[in-house]
Amino acid sequence: MLHRLSLGLVLCILWLLLSGYFSSALLLGLGLASAAAVVFIAHRMDVIDHEGHPVHLGWRATIYLPWLLGEIVKANIDVAWRIIQPSMPIRPNMLRVKASQKSELGNVIYANSITLTPGTVTVELEDGLLGVHAITAEAAEEVLSGEMDRRVTAMEGHVETAGKKVE
Amino acid sequence: MALIADIVSWICLIAGSLFALIGAIGIIRLPDVFTRMHGAGIIDTMGAGLILVGLMVQAGLTMVTVKLLLILLFLMLTSPTTTHALARAALNGGVKPLLDKKNDGEDEPSKT
Amino acid sequence: MFTAAAAILVTMAIALVRALAGPTVFDRILAVNSFGTLTMLFIAVYGFLSGRPEFLDIALVYALINFIGTIAVTKYVTFSDLGYSADKGGSGDP
Repeated sequence: MLHRLSLGLVLCILWLLLSGYFSSALLLGLGLASAAAVVFIAHRMDVIDHEGHPVHLGWRATIYLPWLLGEIVKANIDVAWRIIQPSMPIRPNMLRVKASQKSELGNVIYANSITLTPGTVTVELEDGLLGVHAITAEAAEEVLSGEMDRRVTAMEGHVETAGKKVE
Repeated sequence: MALIADIVSWICLIAGSLFALIGAIGIIRLPDVFTRMHGAGIIDTMGAGLILVGLMVQAGLTMVTVKLLLILLFLMLTSPTTTHALARAALNGGVKPLLDKKNDGEDEPSKT
Repeated sequence: MFTAAAAILVTMAIALVRALAGPTVFDRILAVNSFGTLTMLFIAVYGFLSGRPEFLDIALVYALINFIGTIAVTKYVTFSDLGYSADKGGSGDP
């Protein structure tokens, strides 16, 4: 129910901001009606779940995202500096790490965070085991140290009680 | 005040362009598909992000900023998905990643 | 802002070189994906440059189409078929 409500709210806000009509009651009503229709159709199609619309992460995501942003900036500067050096000191290697998240959503967030950070790319994801391609030994050690893994797990929290388990 | 906003937005735009350029140079210089993905990652995160933030500062608190923010959000959600799909396809397609454990700078077929 | 637009154009040209020269098909897909991202950025910057922020809607749609197109081409290259459903994970349709 929480997810349906939040989906409807997000759709309404999106409609308001993208259309830019604030005064006409008819247009506002039509926008509200279309948002409600979309929520109804999505409910009938049974595509609203805690995976596509992870609001239950809530405030814990606001702790994780700034940290991820800082990591991305640091990794960007590092990789960019390596690329523009004439000798190009890169050491590509593959490694496997264990993802300790309990749900598939947590795994996907972790894998996407790794890919979003330049210098490391998630190549495969199977049963909580990630194959990671790293461009330097330092980037590989960064992943192996498991700090990002811990933080994603902390953000995931007690997800099993909030959302229903995937089939 | 407007001057400060202008300067900040200029710095963001220039830095973003620089990062995008470095990413493209990386796409040209790096030796194989998997390493080139890191170059594309620089364009997608830092280049696009900084340029969009620069435009946001330029626009101020208007509808335009919201649209720019939406573009940034979509980009940050879709870019890792694309990269992951491509990496997996390349691995399944039989492309062996170039790996070196000991010596660096030996197995690069220098392009430039 | 002219500088940014010019730099984006140069970057697009470099990405196009890789798309033309790429040894494997995946290099080309990667380069074209970057090219699409840069096109989106260029549309946004050009909208500001010509004082017509309505261009941002086009940029927004371009970002989405770029994503879907890249995924579709990747899937086509891998499976030689767009209607192939993934064999693992969640069931496609209920």
